[in-house]
Amino acid sequence: MTARIGVVTFPGSLDDRDTQRAIRLAGAEPVALWHKDKDLKQVDAVVLPGGFSYGDYLRAGAISRFSPVMETLIEQAKAGLPVLGICNGFQVLTEAHLLPGAMLGNDHLHFVCRDQKLRVENASTAWTSDYSEGQEIFIPLKNMDGRYVADEYTLDKLEAEGRVAFRYLDVNPNGSLRDIAGITNEAGNVVGLMPHPEHATEPLIGTGRTDGLPFFTSILKKLVNA
Amino acid sequence: MSRTPLDTVEHAAATPDVELPWAELGLKKDEYERIVEILGRRPTGAELAMYSVMWSEHCSYKSSKVHLRQFGEKAPENDALLVGIGENAGVVDVGQGYAVTFKVESHNHPSYVEPYQGAATGVGGIVRDIIAMGARPVAVVDPLRFGAADHPDTKRVLPGVVAGIGGYGNCLGLPNIGGEVVFDACYQGNPLVNAGCIGVMRHEDIHLAKASGAGNKVILYGARTGGDGIGGASILASETFDDAKPSKRPAVQVGDPFQEKLLIECTLEAFAEKLVVGIQDLGAAGLSCATSELASNGSGGMRVTLDDVPLRDSTLSPEEILMSESQERMCAVVEPEKVDRFLEICAKWDVIATVIGEVTDGDRLEIYWHGGKIVDVDPRTVAHEGPVYERPYARPEWQDALQADDAGKLPRPQSAEELKAQVLKLVASPNQASKKWITQQYDHFVQGNTVLAMPEDSGMIRVDEKTGLGVALATDGNGRYAKLDPYTGAQLALAEAYRNVATTGAKPLAVSDCLNFGSPEDPAVMWQFAEAVRGLADGCQQLGTPVTGGNVSLYNQTGEAAIHPTPVVAVLGVIDDVARRTPVAFQEEGQLLYLLGDTREEFGGSAWSQVVHDHLGGLPPKVDLERERLLAEILISASRDGMIDSAHDLSDGGLVQAVVESALLGGKGARLVVPDGLDAFTFLLSESAGRAVVAVPRSEEVRFNDMCGARGLPATRIGVVDGDTIEVQGEFEVTLAELREAHEATIPALLA
Repeated sequence: MTARIGVVTFPGSLDDRDTQRAIRLAGAEPVALWHKDKDLKQVDAVVLPGGFSYGDYLRAGAISRFSPVMETLIEQAKAGLPVLGICNGFQVLTEAHLLPGAMLGNDHLHFVCRDQKLRVENASTAWTSDYSEGQEIFIPLKNMDGRYVADEYTLDKLEAEGRVAFRYLDVNPNGSLRDIAGITNEAGNVVGLMPHPEHATEPLIGTGRTDGLPFFTSILKKLVNA
Repeated sequence: MSRTPLDTVEHAAATPDVELPWAELGLKKDEYERIVEILGRRPTGAELAMYSVMWSEHCSYKSSKVHLRQFGEKAPENDALLVGIGENAGVVDVGQGYAVTFKVESHNHPSYVEPYQGAATGVGGIVRDIIAMGARPVAVVDPLRFGAADHPDTKRVLPGVVAGIGGYGNCLGLPNIGGEVVFDACYQGNPLVNAGCIGVMRHEDIHLAKASGAGNKVILYGARTGGDGIGGASILASETFDDAKPSKRPAVQVGDPFQEKLLIECTLEAFAEKLVVGIQDLGAAGLSCATSELASNGSGGMRVTLDDVPLRDSTLSPEEILMSESQERMCAVVEPEKVDRFLEICAKWDVIATVIGEVTDGDRLEIYWHGGKIVDVDPRTVAHEGPVYERPYARPEWQDALQADDAGKLPRPQSAEELKAQVLKLVASPNQASKKWITQQYDHFVQGNTVLAMPEDSGMIRVDEKTGLGVALATDGNGRYAKLDPYTGAQLALAEAYRNVATTGAKPLAVSDCLNFGSPEDPAVMWQFAEAVRGLADGCQQLGTPVTGGNVSLYNQTGEAAIHPTPVVAVLGVIDDVARRTPVAFQEEGQLLYLLGDTREEFGGSAWSQVVHDHLGGLPPKVDLERERLLAEILISASRDGMIDSAHDLSDGGLVQAVVESALLGGKGARLVVPDGLDAFTFLLSESAGRAVVAVPRSEEVRFNDMCGARGLPATRIGVVDGDTIEVQGEFEVTLAELREAHEATIPALLA
């Protein structure tokens, strides 16, 4: 048996098709979800893909967060549905308060697209179990508003609870506090990160690395073994 | 505000003596008289608005048309060409049932006035051209030219242009895979912002801009129409800048990439359900262009009710509505029974869509406003029968002196130390330096099909996931070469783009161009234009790569000072399996470096002459298109059969520039030996065309040599991939770290 993983398309989502491909490459079945539709179609997990939903107008993720699909998603995520937010999807998750903190504009004020080195800090979430803790990987990063911020109390709490999932190495590309690239919720079912694992799943394409594939194999194994 | 009484067709006929502001709209007196003659009366205000934008240089190609005909007349026989010149973009068969459409356009003038929006809407415009053909856009490229890198205004224009291209393209989800950035003082007041786009579709999905079938509905969809960009084509793009005139900023449009992304998705969904008979994007000249082109390309006429156009500003006059260049709008012709479904799809994507008219069985374009008929014209006279000028042209008096000022006579380095210093200066010069600071502001990864992106020789996109079919696109142009000899310069641009495509392993198929020149009213500029077009048309004929469409940008001139003639050429290629692509970066130590082609003492227009001597004179490198074709065949075969692991084309900066780039990208150095018969200086810095440097695995050396020998292509072993330095034996050695610092620090230091 395999797992059905939903990918939500908001108006302005850009990496929805790429994410579906990555899910397919990992061996799971991608299911397209539409933002106006509350129905999650019985999927086993959901990815909120990257892009500029609603043009990043007002604030990245701020409008999508109120889409009909998010009503169901928020409810089910709280009940344990695995959810991964990539880039704009991460922004939507913070706007929806499924993850703490917020993303501000990059400190250098430019869009940045680069092959980014990361360290896996937490390899026990639903989406990271195929990595090992401390593993160093390269995942493409591309964003305008990627500077992760939160108050000191929240940051300390994240660190203490092991909820910083990924940290930028060598270069902090956007001024994120404590070099944070991605975080998880307490239960480990909701993970958000700014870099794009779906762009690192095929040897010929993009940077030519496949360091992003374990995101999708992690969740598949978890769902199939459950 | 509308005029009182409304200037209807009837009113115009009854009031022949009313003076209209034709000069303010950019028309010449004889052009206005021609309009009166066509109509048999004075035009209404709305008609005048339409003619003025459609007869502008930008839309009508009135100065360039007589020369551009050569692209058709000299077009080589080519089975791959599915749609040629004249449509929104040309379409090429790339096999396996796929067709590819591509085009390059200019957005030069707006980008100088308002860099961010000018560049952003340049991307938006070319992308809509591609959608209008029925294709999904899959990548963009941006050939850019700016004034001197250290000029204060460059720091205003360049970051704005780059942010605009990124801001729009990134938000649309289109990977940016190529282009150029060139600095030269000649572009100081006239930066060149060209934008190219590639789209992919199945053969059966090709759509054309025509309105056929009486009773079919004309649907305007996308953004509301506002007061931005009024007269952009006529006033901004078709005149030179002049300090005495008022600011032209209101003529620049404002882009909304989010709206355009929705437009792409909803258009492609409508295509997929076969709901569209004809389609046209609204770019330059807005509704004037879309209605008159759709009507004149179809079999019937068209009736439009302008009151139904959704407005952003309810005070707009009908003339302004017709001239507005508000972005993110398209016009579709849909059969009546399919209108509901079309509107439904638009609603799904939150795109405003309105039926504004219908196709009639007559042959007139009629437009109504508040119940009165304000336009009644033969659409062909607006869209296709504009004025055609045989502008006088003459070889400039200074051309001989320029060519006589031979760069070969410039002082050359006298010692190995001096040669090394000049090489370091060259790779650190703004034109030769790494453009990473710029390109990392563009998304290269989105859509997940990018095989190669800059700084590779050409961008490459996978078209089919199962078979690995892919397409490659390279754009090139060298204004310095073209200034020395426009005919040869245009052919060198073609040769370089052709070579760049082949270097990555793809077979060159077809050409698009963006011809950037000064004022056509200057006979010297017109001569440069005529020569460049002749050179390009002859070159395409010889290489068998037809020109599928393109764009002309004239009036790139401030006062008397025109830019260098700058034909930018885009070559599209196809590769059967992207797994066989060849990258620029050195892959493995120990691989053998071969120089393919002949190296002559050619320094006219070279990067060395510019960087070291601030000199432009002599003749550009010689062109041998048969040699280019042979080189391309060898590069493609070697790539397909696994005989080479990396390859880089040689162009500006010569061999040393290419080797430095391959070494830095691969993180591996090279030991080079100056071949017999060449001096180190010529070996490293000559810019002879028709050359490439390749890295051959030792196991493939015999086979590779045999192939080059049998085909008659000179292949000279010049060294080996090795170590962490670049060493030219008997001359000098420089570490990769030092080269990296020189190559990568320049642009951030100037612009960050």
